Amino acid sequence: MKPSQIADTLVAEFEMFTDWEDKYSYIIDLGKHLPPYPAERRTDDFLVRGCQSRVWLSPTVEGDVLRFDADSDAIITRGLIAMLLRVYGGQPAHDIIATPPTFLSRIGLDTHLSQSRANGLASMVNHVMRIAAVVAQQPRSGEPA
Amino acid sequence: MTLPATISSIDVDYLRAQFPILSTTVHGGKPLVYLDHAATSQKPQCVIDAIASYYTTTNSNVHRGAHALAAKATEAYEHARHTVAAFLGAASPSEIVFTKGTTEAVNLVAATVAHRLQPGDEIVLTEMEHHANIVPWQLMAQQRGAVIRVIPVTDSGELDMQAAASLIGPATKIVSAVHVSNTLGTVNPVAQLCAMAGSVGALSFIDGAQAVLHDPIDVAALGCDFYAFSAHKLFAPMGLGVLYGRYHVLESLPPYQGGGSMIDSVSFDGTTFNAPPMRFEAGTPNVEAAVGLTTAIEWFAAVDPDWRRHHDQSITAYALDAIGGIDGLTVYGNAAHRVGILSFTVEGTHAADVGTLLDAMGVAVRVGHHCTQPLMRRLGVTSTIRASFSVTTTAHEVDVFAAALTKAVGMLR
Ligand SMILES: Cc1ncc(COP(=O)(O)O)c(C=O)c1O
Repeated sequence: MKPSQIADTLVAEFEMFTDWEDKYSYIIDLGKHLPPYPAERRTDDFLVRGCQSRVWLSPTVEGDVLRFDADSDAIITRGLIAMLLRVYGGQPAHDIIATPPTFLSRIGLDTHLSQSRANGLASMVNHVMRIAAVVAQQPRSGEPA
Repeated sequence: MTLPATISSIDVDYLRAQFPILSTTVHGGKPLVYLDHAATSQKPQCVIDAIASYYTTTNSNVHRGAHALAAKATEAYEHARHTVAAFLGAASPSEIVFTKGTTEAVNLVAATVAHRLQPGDEIVLTEMEHHANIVPWQLMAQQRGAVIRVIPVTDSGELDMQAAASLIGPATKIVSAVHVSNTLGTVNPVAQLCAMAGSVGALSFIDGAQAVLHDPIDVAALGCDFYAFSAHKLFAPMGLGVLYGRYHVLESLPPYQGGGSMIDSVSFDGTTFNAPPMRFEAGTPNVEAAVGLTTAIEWFAAVDPDWRRHHDQSITAYALDAIGGIDGLTVYGNAAHRVGILSFTVEGTHAADVGTLLDAMGVAVRVGHHCTQPLMRRLGVTSTIRASFSVTTTAHEVDVFAAALTKAVGMLR
């Protein structure tokens, strides 16, 4: 599935929840199930700046596909990371760039999160987008440089 | 939980009704429970009205125009200086300098006393300072080759006064300390620190940002050379601060910023400067905020200090009791003399997560390092949740907060 389709699915999942508590319980649950982050990359080099809690994000590039490992010491942040990785992880760089994070506002997260949390989320998205932009500019394998 | 008899709900409700924002809702209908008074206070209607009235009847530039409004605005601005002087127990309004806030007050003093410091001279701070009372001194110390010494904090969240006595010595030129910790609520024995500073000929600076909304301040009794606070934490507008300085000390300092109002006469051959406080007030000041501060101080002074102290202690004890049963709760600091600021963590949860869930339930607290990273390091944490109370805080608000905290912790673990 393309990132935009996954984003639509995510939005649909959240539409089933009518109150904030169910939304947050779901995000917390996603956070609890985030895949383990490689311990050797839990270093300052991988810290994303601008987050209220600590966030580590480490990309791996395979061809033009980007994979992300990420973690945080805060569980709600881990849940938000899980959502971002579900949409953007394992996707070609140009598809990532073509999918701005509008699903966050469609879910209603941007207005519900505190300002510092929302800034942190924006920092994570920017980080993912920047990495994707760099990768997308590399000549693709098999194409003339 | 029932309302403890010690908290007189009639008084609190009466005060509370004067703050329009406290009866608003957030996040689609959740009644606001504002427990972030230490970050900034809300404003009573009379302060809001005073600002509106200033613009409908008085607005003009001060200390310059030759017309009726200019005189009226200048009078209102200088009246604020009188009011602040009386509020702090200053000897004269000339000892009151208006700044942008506590932060600018520290920067002003650090910059203007800098020339007195030689390499090796010492500036004594404490481990519980707000960054506003650390970084300006560091910048200045780097420039002058001065050294910063730090009074440690004990396990109970109090200053180690024995260490203070041995740190403050002949090399000390400045002692700067927070009166009331914005993170722990600890009330520090600042009069003692000022006496120690005075005994070695050092200047003393007290950061009163959190102290002014508790017990009455008397700079003469404290014996400090400087005392600073921010209007916005005292029911008045943002963008205005107060620096009290002993007159003869202010007089001995060079200007801070150059511009209009701070001069005596200007020529390209040389400019002479105005006397304090004008020497330190370059440019058009925040008259609207000064007018708001006059009203805020009058309003606040009308609330009996004994009642204030009693309410603050009752509500703090009530809150400690209400959240005390939460498994894994750690409250930082248990100073013998403290005010209604509670910093805590709950094992197995991150402060940011707790803050987010409390917010979703309408409860406004602050989470993070509270601009006191050295203190956080001393406490062995990176962030805490901070609930801070005011004269308007009700037992019901504390009940809502305690229930919300219990629920948040349940969801997170
Ligand atoms: C103890 C203390 N000092 C200094 C400050 C800085 O005040 P302002 O940001 O209003 O200049 C604060 C406010 O956050 C404070 O609590």
